[in-house]
Amino acid sequence: MSNVQNENCADCPVHNLGNLTKLGINMNQFDFVVALAGNPNTGKSTVFNSLTGLRQHTGNWPGKTVTRAEGGFAYGNKRFKVVDLPGTYSLLSTSTDEEVARDFILFGQPDVTVIVVDATILERNLNLVLQVLEITDRAVIALNLMDEAKRHNISIDDRQLARDLGVPVVSMAARQKEGLDELLKYIYEVATGRYVCKPYRLNKISRNLEKAISQLAEKISAEFPDLPNARWIAMRLLEGDQRIIDAVKNGELGNLKKEPEMQERLSTELSLRANAASETVS
Amino acid sequence: MRHDDAKLEESFGHAYANNDMKREYNSMKNHSKNKEAILSTANTFRWEIGESFHDSLVESIYNDASRIASHVVTKPAEKPRFSFDRSLDRLLTNKWSGFPLMFLMLAVVFWITVEGANVPSAMLASLLVDTIHPELRTLFDAFGSPLWIKGIVVDGVYLAAAWVISVMLPPMAIFFPLFTLLEDFGYLPRVAFNMDALFRRAGAHGKQALTMTMGFGCNAAGIVATRIIDSPRERLIAIITNNFSLCNGRWPTQILIASIFFGALVPTHLAGIVTAGAVVGVAILGIAFSLIVSWGLSKTVLKGEASAFSLELPPYRPPRILQTLYTSLIDRTAIVLRRAIVFAAPAGAVIWLVSNIHIGDASIAEIFINWSNPLGILLGLNGVILLAYIIAIPANEIVIPTILMLTVLSTKLSGLGDGAGVMFELEDATAVTDVLRAGGWTMLTGLNLMLFSLLHNPCSTTIFTIYKETRSVKWTTIATLVPVAMGIVICFVIAQLWRIL
Repeated sequence: MSNVQNENCADCPVHNLGNLTKLGINMNQFDFVVALAGNPNTGKSTVFNSLTGLRQHTGNWPGKTVTRAEGGFAYGNKRFKVVDLPGTYSLLSTSTDEEVARDFILFGQPDVTVIVVDATILERNLNLVLQVLEITDRAVIALNLMDEAKRHNISIDDRQLARDLGVPVVSMAARQKEGLDELLKYIYEVATGRYVCKPYRLNKISRNLEKAISQLAEKISAEFPDLPNARWIAMRLLEGDQRIIDAVKNGELGNLKKEPEMQERLSTELSLRANAASETVS
Repeated sequence: MRHDDAKLEESFGHAYANNDMKREYNSMKNHSKNKEAILSTANTFRWEIGESFHDSLVESIYNDASRIASHVVTKPAEKPRFSFDRSLDRLLTNKWSGFPLMFLMLAVVFWITVEGANVPSAMLASLLVDTIHPELRTLFDAFGSPLWIKGIVVDGVYLAAAWVISVMLPPMAIFFPLFTLLEDFGYLPRVAFNMDALFRRAGAHGKQALTMTMGFGCNAAGIVATRIIDSPRERLIAIITNNFSLCNGRWPTQILIASIFFGALVPTHLAGIVTAGAVVGVAILGIAFSLIVSWGLSKTVLKGEASAFSLELPPYRPPRILQTLYTSLIDRTAIVLRRAIVFAAPAGAVIWLVSNIHIGDASIAEIFINWSNPLGILLGLNGVILLAYIIAIPANEIVIPTILMLTVLSTKLSGLGDGAGVMFELEDATAVTDVLRAGGWTMLTGLNLMLFSLLHNPCSTTIFTIYKETRSVKWTTIATLVPVAMGIVICFVIAQLWRIL
């Protein structure tokens, strides 16, 4: 009897709010890893701050985040490590920012990738969203800046968007801390496997390209059976992405089961890039 | 049995003894065969498909994004708020009004900082220096401490830290919140946009405009801000030229000298404007030097391609005033306190020591002043200024008090100050003028001091920050020496010209 009651309690947002503890430090023991991706200047750092309680400096211009990329929080008796990825417009070009973000999502295998999206320019942001959904099947969309959208009289049907994309969509105004509870709930559910995403995958590709992709993807799946995104790997190989070619050669793609060392290394790389160590001023 | 195995092992080697290994070896071979197959298939397809794969992929992503977005987004027919953004941008970024408005904004921020900092600075000074300092002296006397301990700790260490806090804290506590508010509002990318053409022609990156602006508050903060520049070459240019931004610690020096030597030349009701004009002029000169040196660097030591700069002008957003003020204030206070204790306090000890340790019948300070005076005069400065700048490497804020103290010391003026090695300031600008004139200062000295204050080596906090950011002794040294070399050259040239004309 009490078990049933506890289960229902666990789903109630009021109950869980009390459980939310913010740990602003680098946690060595954690249960799940959450990556924060998105276009520049969409409020990723604000979301990051709200989740972790760290006082990241935010400011209204793209490229503001250059320092510490990690934090953590506990929710529903699980501990989550949050990694704030650099803002990127796409994962297909060759700038270092995009490679780091892409590498973390692909090789670091976060348990959930939260994609922070600017509701006032949804179409442009969807470019990155669709790319991320090709790489991972565990994502949550944080539809941020809804207060801005309201001010511009833009309205977005988030239920329909969730149906179209196959992943949870949470309307948020992170500056006012609105939508945070729902975001936490969905992060928890996707991470623990309670919510199974069926992410949208690109399907309107020309016929000969489609033939090439599916044949290659078949071979890749045969060799690396655990890969959830063989089609995406195939697409990268067809483009000649050196990093992915190397990953195939040295078998990295076969070892993508969650490896704490791999994640550590990648997030350390992120932090080093951002020079988190030196913080004399601001 | 084992005996047989051993014999077999001898004859067939490891192939027999390790069946498991053999299986694994075969499986590994298969795996790498498969991987090669994957890669060669990919290669073949790549040749067939050709260059257009990337483009068609990107196109399908965009098409899908457009379709999904149109499905779920409803926009109004009219966009009232957007046009506010557009009209404001038309004003702030167009060819004619963009720059003047930028300078106006800088002048306003500057004015608010200076005016706003006056009262708190005076209050802090009267508390820390006028009240607590004598109390500390009495306290130490009561404990019967020897003169030199009292001197080093109270007159040196404590006094230097107190100066830094009272001079540096109020302006930083005003400038940086203002800066952050402008940031939040969304104005800064417009600054980068306006100045991008200039910086590109100088071979630097447009974002350098932002790090330069940050440097007007504190050079060390400007250096950290260069992280926003990705290309290492352009980042180095931004770091080396950041010192040409007149930081908060140097404003008091500039204002004081400007008011004594330039403001005094004109009738009183114009004095304020002339002083302000002189200081803003020096600041703009700093920006000009920044561009010139960037250009020089990019043509010589830091040659390379200019990197692409795509900047998204964000919409204007109302800044969160209270939150910003609060976080900024706490941050800045902590930083200034740390700087005062770590960097300035030891400098204070050195100042006291140098003025009070005697070799023969003169203190080290006097010896140095007399020895370096000829060089100083050559540069249009004097020995006192040179010594003051060397000692004040840790913190620019203590330059004027040190100069006053050293002048009194070397000219043996009586009735002023609290003794050898004790920095002080004077309430009244005319009193300062008297001291300086007694020290042999002329208008040339004043002018060159303002220029040297702009063009000397960065303060120790900044040097330390440069090292942490670049991790290279070579570049840190260059960044330290380039400004001071320029300062020496320019002061020299101006001095010669002045004397000829």
